[in-house]
Amino acid sequence: MTSVADQLEKGKKGSMTERLYSLGVLLSLLLLCLIMSFLSNRFLTMDNLMNVAAQAAVSAIVSIGMFLAILTAGIDLSVGSILALSTMVMGVVGVNWGFGPYTSILACLATGAFLGLCNGLMLTQLRLPHPFISTLGMQKMARGIALVITAAAPISMFPEPVTYLGSASVGGIPVSFVLVAVLYIGMYLFLTRTTTGRYIYAVGGNKEASRLSGIRVNGILNLVYTISGFTAALAGLVLAGRVDAVYPLAGLDYETDAIAAVIIGGASFFGGVGSIGNTIIGVLLIAVLRNGLNLLNVDSAYQTFAIGAVIIVAVAVDVVRQKFMVAR
Amino acid sequence: MSTGKLLLQATGICKKFSGVVALDHVSLDAKAGEIHAIAGENGAGKSTLIKILTGAYTPDEGKIIFDGEEMIHTDPRRAMQAGIACIYQELNLIPHLTVTENIFLGREYRLVGHTNVLDRSRMRKEVGELMRELGLAIDPDARIATLGVGQQQMVEIARSVRSNAKLIIMDEPTSSLSEKDAEELFRIVHRIKARGVAVLFISHRLDEMKNHCDRVTILRDGSSVATLKIAETSVDEIIKLMVGRDITNKYPKVKATWGDVVLAVEGLTRKGVLHDISFELHAGEVLGLAGLVGSGRTETARVIAGADPLDKGRIKVFGKEVRIREPRDSIDAGIAFLTENRKEQGLILIQSVEFNSTMVKMEQYAKGSILDLAKLKAMTEKMATGLRLRAASVKMPVGQLSGGNQQKVVIAKWLLSHAKIFIFDEPTRGIDVGAKVEVYRLINELVAGGAGIIIICSEMDEVLGMADRILVMHEGRITANMMRSDATQEKIMYAASNVSVN
Repeated sequence: MTSVADQLEKGKKGSMTERLYSLGVLLSLLLLCLIMSFLSNRFLTMDNLMNVAAQAAVSAIVSIGMFLAILTAGIDLSVGSILALSTMVMGVVGVNWGFGPYTSILACLATGAFLGLCNGLMLTQLRLPHPFISTLGMQKMARGIALVITAAAPISMFPEPVTYLGSASVGGIPVSFVLVAVLYIGMYLFLTRTTTGRYIYAVGGNKEASRLSGIRVNGILNLVYTISGFTAALAGLVLAGRVDAVYPLAGLDYETDAIAAVIIGGASFFGGVGSIGNTIIGVLLIAVLRNGLNLLNVDSAYQTFAIGAVIIVAVAVDVVRQKFMVAR
Repeated sequence: MSTGKLLLQATGICKKFSGVVALDHVSLDAKAGEIHAIAGENGAGKSTLIKILTGAYTPDEGKIIFDGEEMIHTDPRRAMQAGIACIYQELNLIPHLTVTENIFLGREYRLVGHTNVLDRSRMRKEVGELMRELGLAIDPDARIATLGVGQQQMVEIARSVRSNAKLIIMDEPTSSLSEKDAEELFRIVHRIKARGVAVLFISHRLDEMKNHCDRVTILRDGSSVATLKIAETSVDEIIKLMVGRDITNKYPKVKATWGDVVLAVEGLTRKGVLHDISFELHAGEVLGLAGLVGSGRTETARVIAGADPLDKGRIKVFGKEVRIREPRDSIDAGIAFLTENRKEQGLILIQSVEFNSTMVKMEQYAKGSILDLAKLKAMTEKMATGLRLRAASVKMPVGQLSGGNQQKVVIAKWLLSHAKIFIFDEPTRGIDVGAKVEVYRLINELVAGGAGIIIICSEMDEVLGMADRILVMHEGRITANMMRSDATQEKIMYAASNVSVN
C-alpha cells in the first residue's frame, strides 16, 4: 500500500504531466515557426501566414469531428470522403438542379450529418467491432458515390451565399477564421458545460461504467459520429467557397491530417482524454509543417512520410503519457 | 490408497500482495498416484497457491520440493518442464484446431530434423493410442469447437498426460460440467491416478471430494489448517475447518426497523444462469446474498440493475412493476448497483473525483442541459467530506486514489443518485480494514434512513456480520433463506454447496 502522501504526490505529478504536455505542444508549434522563419524568408510574410491559416481552417473544422470520435476511443476515417460527397451533393442540387443557394447548403450539411449517423448506426446497431471498420467502409462508399454522380466532373459557378464562408472577409478577417473560432469555443463549452458533453467524455473513458451509470452509450456514439459527418460537410462548404468549386477527389487524405492533429493535441487513442483547445494547436502544427516543407520545396512524397512519422511519434508519446496518468 | 512416493512437498509458503497476506506459511504435499483435494472458502488462498505451484507467482518465503528437486525462481515454463500441469477453469485450447493439433501444440513432430514439415500421421496415431489408453471416445481429427465442454476438458487432461506431467492441478474442473460429464471426468482422473500421476483437485463440491479424493488439505484465511485422509473425515468436519473462525467485533451492525417491501422480484430467469429467483426486500433491511463464486449472486444483481437482459420474471419497486431494459430504467426506479469491479465497471479512472461522483443523473446539476459547475463542485465536496474521502482535491483523477477511497467515490456517485435501494456487490473487496468499517457504518446509516440494501459478499463472516436476512444461492437457484438469528457459517456452507444437512 502506498501512503496517502505518495498518492497526493502522484496526483500532482499526473496533472502536472498533462499541463506540461499542453505547454510542450504549444512550444513545439512556436519552435517550428521559429525554425521555418530561419529556413525560409517567405514564411513570416503576411501572404504566407494567411495561406497557412486558410488551409488550416478546413482541417480545423474536420478535426472537431475527429476529436470527438477519438475521444470516444474510436476513429472516423470517412471524413475526407464525406466532405467530398456532401459538397458534390451541394453542387448537383444547386448548380445542376437549380435549387437556391440555401437549399444546396442545407443539402450539403444534411448529407454529411446523415452519412455520419450511418457511421454511428453501423457501430451501435449493426455492432461492427470497431469504427475503424465502419468508417473505412464509409470512406470507400462515399468516395465512390462522389465520383459517379457527375462522372467525376467538378462543379463550379456557385452563388455568393455558398462561397461566403470560404471566401468572404469581415473587416480584413476571413469569415472562415471567425467560423473556426466560434466552432471551437462552442465545442469547448458544449463538452465542458453540458450534460451531453460530459457524457461523451464518460463514454470515452469507460463504456461499461457509463452504461451502468445510466448513460445511453449508443445514443452518445450516434451523436458523435453524426457531428463528425456534419463538421466534415461544413469543412467542405468552406473549401468549396475558397476554391469556388466542388470536385469528387476533394478532401483526399484529410483524415490523416486530422488524426495527426488530434493526437498531437493530446487526445488519447485509449479514449476519454483530450481537450479541444489543444486540438487547434495540433491543427496549426500540421499546417505549419506542411507549409514549411512546401516553402523549402520538399517533395510531397517526403511530406507524406513526415506526417506518417508524426502520427507514430505522437501515439508513442501518448502510450507513455497514459502510463503516467493512471499509474495504478 | 495413496501409498506412492512423495512427489510434491511445499512447506512454509508465504505470499503477500502489497502488504495484504494471501498465504501464511502454507504447507501442502502430494503423493504419486493420489487425488488430493484442496478445500477453502472464496479468498482462502487456493488460487494463489496454485499460481505459486505453477510458477506464475514467486513465493516470498517457503520451500517447494518437487520430484526430489528444490524449485527456486520457477517460471511457468520451468514448472511445466518439471512436470507440473494445470487445467484452469477457462480452457486453454485453440477452438479452430483439431484435437491432435492442440495436443501437440508447440511440440509437433517433424518429418526431417528441424524443418517445418509436420509428421501428421505419426501425431494422429499417437493421439489415437492415447485416447484408447485413457478410454476416451474422442476423434483425434475433431475440431475443438465441435466438442462439448466436458470433452474439451478431457482433451486438456490428455494433453497433460502426453506431456508426461507428474502433477496435474485441476482448478474447479467440474464447475461447468453436467453431472454425467463430471462422472466421466472422474473416471479419467482415476485412470491417470492409476498411472502414478498426482492430482491436486480444487472444488467447491464437497460431495465430489468425499467420493473421489484420497486426502484433503483445508485452507482458511491464507493458512493451511489441516490435511486429512478423506476416509477418516466427514463433510461436516471439512466445512467446520473451512469456516471455523471467530467473528470478531469487526461488524458495527445496527438493526434498523423494517418498513414496507421496497423491492420484490418474482421468478427471475436468465437461461443457464438464473432459475426462478424470487425474494422481497424491505425498507431498512440488509439482505445478504451468499453463495460461492459463480452461484448467480452477481447475475441476480445485474438483471435487477438492467445490466443484463432478463428472459422471464417480474421486478416490482415500491409495489409497482417496472420494466427494466437498460441500467437507466433501474436507476430511474431508484435502484443503485455498486459493481464488484470498481475499475472496470464502476469508475472512469482517468476522470476526476467530481466527474465520477456526479455522472449518475447528471441532469440534477443542470438547468436545461447547461451544467451548474459550482453546484457540481459543492455537492461533490459535501459528499467527499461526509465520506471522509482522502484526495488532494475533487479534481484529482480517481485512478490515483487507494482502493478504499476509490470505493468511496463509487458510493458517493450512487448516494448522489438519490436511490432508495442499494445493491452492494463485494463492497469491501480489496480495501483495508479501516475503510471496511466505514463502509459498514455507511450501510447502517442508509438502512436507518429507510433504504433497502442487498449485499453480496464472498466472505461469509461479512454476510453474517452485516445482513439481517441471508439468501444462499447455488448454481443459479436460491437454496436457503435464513434470518440472522438462525444463520451459521455451517448452514450457509451446506446450502452453498447444496449438500443437505444430515
